[in-house]
Amino acid sequence: MKSFGGTRVLHGVDLELVPGTVHGLVGENGAGKSTLMKVLTGLERADAGTVRIGGQAVAIRSPKDALAHGISVISQELATVPARTVLENVYLGSWAARCGVVTRRRDRERFERLCERTGFHVDPDAVVGTLPIASQQQVEILRAVDRGPRVVVMDEPTAVLTESETAALLALTRRIADTGACVVLVSHFLEEVLGACDTVTALRDGRHVMTAPTAEQTPATLVRAMVGREVDVLYPDLPPVADDAPLLLEATGLSRGTAVRGVDITVRAGEVVGIAGLVGSGRSEALRLVFGADRADAGEVRVAGREIRMGSPREAMRAGLAMVPESRKDQGLLLSQTARDNVTIASPERTSVLGLRRPARERRLADESVERLDVRAASADGPVWTLSGGNQQKVLFAKWLARRPAVLLVDEPTRGVDVSAKVRIHRLIADVAASGTGVLLVSSEVEEVLGLSHRVLVMRQGRITAELTAAEADHERVLNAAFADREELR
Amino acid sequence: MTDTTTATSTGSGARAPVRGRRAPVALARDYGILLVIALLVVGLTLTTDTFLTAGNLRNLLDQMVVVGIIACGVTLCIIAGVFDLSTSAILAVSAILGITVTQSAGVAAGMLAAVLAGAALGLLNGLVITGVGVNSFIATLASSIVFRGVAILLTGGSIVYPLADQLTAYRVMTYTTRPLGVTVSTFVLLAVVATTWFLLSSTTYGRSLYAVGGNAEAARLSGIRVERVRVLALVISGTCAGLAGVVLSSRAGSAQASLAEGLELAAIAATVVGGTSILGGEGAVWRAIAGVLILQLFSNGFNLLGWDTTYQQVLTGCLILLAVSVDQVLRRRRR
Repeated sequence: MKSFGGTRVLHGVDLELVPGTVHGLVGENGAGKSTLMKVLTGLERADAGTVRIGGQAVAIRSPKDALAHGISVISQELATVPARTVLENVYLGSWAARCGVVTRRRDRERFERLCERTGFHVDPDAVVGTLPIASQQQVEILRAVDRGPRVVVMDEPTAVLTESETAALLALTRRIADTGACVVLVSHFLEEVLGACDTVTALRDGRHVMTAPTAEQTPATLVRAMVGREVDVLYPDLPPVADDAPLLLEATGLSRGTAVRGVDITVRAGEVVGIAGLVGSGRSEALRLVFGADRADAGEVRVAGREIRMGSPREAMRAGLAMVPESRKDQGLLLSQTARDNVTIASPERTSVLGLRRPARERRLADESVERLDVRAASADGPVWTLSGGNQQKVLFAKWLARRPAVLLVDEPTRGVDVSAKVRIHRLIADVAASGTGVLLVSSEVEEVLGLSHRVLVMRQGRITAELTAAEADHERVLNAAFADREELR
Repeated sequence: MTDTTTATSTGSGARAPVRGRRAPVALARDYGILLVIALLVVGLTLTTDTFLTAGNLRNLLDQMVVVGIIACGVTLCIIAGVFDLSTSAILAVSAILGITVTQSAGVAAGMLAAVLAGAALGLLNGLVITGVGVNSFIATLASSIVFRGVAILLTGGSIVYPLADQLTAYRVMTYTTRPLGVTVSTFVLLAVVATTWFLLSSTTYGRSLYAVGGNAEAARLSGIRVERVRVLALVISGTCAGLAGVVLSSRAGSAQASLAEGLELAAIAATVVGGTSILGGEGAVWRAIAGVLILQLFSNGFNLLGWDTTYQQVLTGCLILLAVSVDQVLRRRRR
């Protein structure tokens, strides 16, 4: 019933949703699943393409339009008002009212009927914020169902649920479909998709790869459909690492809540270790624990054999760690300051004496570091926000390399940079490793991890599910480990 | 700083790719303030006979001292991304403590005690804000009420004076100096300006202030102890307030609990009018002083011209709004 052609993230994707069915949507990080759903629910607009409902072309410019056309979404980030009751949340914006006066009794009757229909049991008077996550999600589902939707989009709804809650939710998708709606289930759990859906669509690189009845598919065929991203850059050669190269980083038993659960990582001198995994698998979180950016529940980090105090970036830096964080705007750069200031800010030891700045030293250090990365010299004096994404990222690398770290931790080294900057940064990472620095690399691009690492760790739900050498690692094996079967959380 | 040979050398650098769009607003902020000052000075010189007289200029300087000292401390706080609404209350408590100690231990000890008391109260603010994690705006609003209460408790609601034979010595801030004939208090302001200016532009601590206010998370991940930096900013602000208390009580020869009420807002207003970003991470001491000067020129001008001071309030309010708007526009450009 619906089709659209796409943005730059999406390339002419067509999707047909049939009433009364559950439709699975799979693909790896950045394949375009979320963008497609955002277009459908009015959060983003497509550059081209149309949406038709029952043959009629409709314009969806905002979430409100989507709702008016019967399209509701249950997203990973819950959209409830935590301080209000379940009843008020379910009927948020559609309270039964007479002349503007809310009539709670009628809402209550509606609510009971709704619970019967869905088989959920939630106390209407409970304050939403005090409920467990699964119940909060039920509140959202009740709200969506109440609106008599034609399309319900569920984005990774089971990621936060236990096994029995998952079973209940999947059963519900069927019941919603039976009312004549179409449920779109976006999920990383392939078994679930195959079990719950009638049809499944796979995306890769923003392109539609396949739509097929689930009966004909297995997890292996789905993974194969998702693999095979086009190679847009060539990766530099990495010199081999000697087996007896000193261990520069040993992290053992890193844990933080359910995000990271007992992760061990080692990095040798001159070695690039890559961590692959889906969004939410705990790869960035593990990296942040190593650097002390977040507090760990348990675990130990040794740098060159010496144990360091956890939870303090300052300590980690002193021990020889450096981290290029995931988001350069939020975590990395001082946007209104110059490239020079950004490069030298993390190296006070080299640019000041007894707390006094030495401008000449700052300039020398910044110029050295920036030159190495060919950031355009003219821009070193302007605020970094005027630089391109690629140059900003280079400034960030320059900042940390100026410290001459023993181990460089890198999270998403090339997110949002152009191809030439990407090649330059890849080259740089290889050079850094060749000079004897250990590199721990996290990226949501599997190809990048494969192309730049001596050794690949794959994470899934906070654990390492595979460790592969460069020789044995390929896209399919990494994805298989990244999509490994779900297990009970906790 | 290579290709900008004309009058548009902005220091912070409006560089090639975006210059066309950014420069006018950035220039308005950087030089608009100086232009306003120049216009006010020229205007007042032409319209009054009294403005450009040594007496009036000395008077103008004297009026800038107390609010100027506070604005310097406040500037450091705002750059670091914290607000200090308790400066005038700290000023009152410090002044009262200063006079009380003077009565028993002499003028020098009393003035020192006042400054230290300011530092201590600033430290208290800092510990509450970083320790408990309360928003600085609310925390210092609350502490300012507490401090005013303490000031009343200390004085029993009455006015305190130094002993009769100490009075001349205690009023040291009003002594005029040769050869310019300005008062000692003017030099206190100069010293505070020089110190905070140096701190901000030439020390690693100054860099940390900008970093913490500009992007606290990036600062933390760069090994900067964000909380310590902010606590110290509040201590400095408290110290400045204590010093301002010494100046004000020395001038009056007395102190009371209601001393300098509302001055905390005047100091913040001056800081913002000078172009220090209310959102943190950008600003300078000279801006604070420029802001103070503009507001004092307003007040001086209305005085000399004999205009209704109600309009002065309206004008001051509009100016603050304008300054904040320019700041917002500049920030939005970067998205």
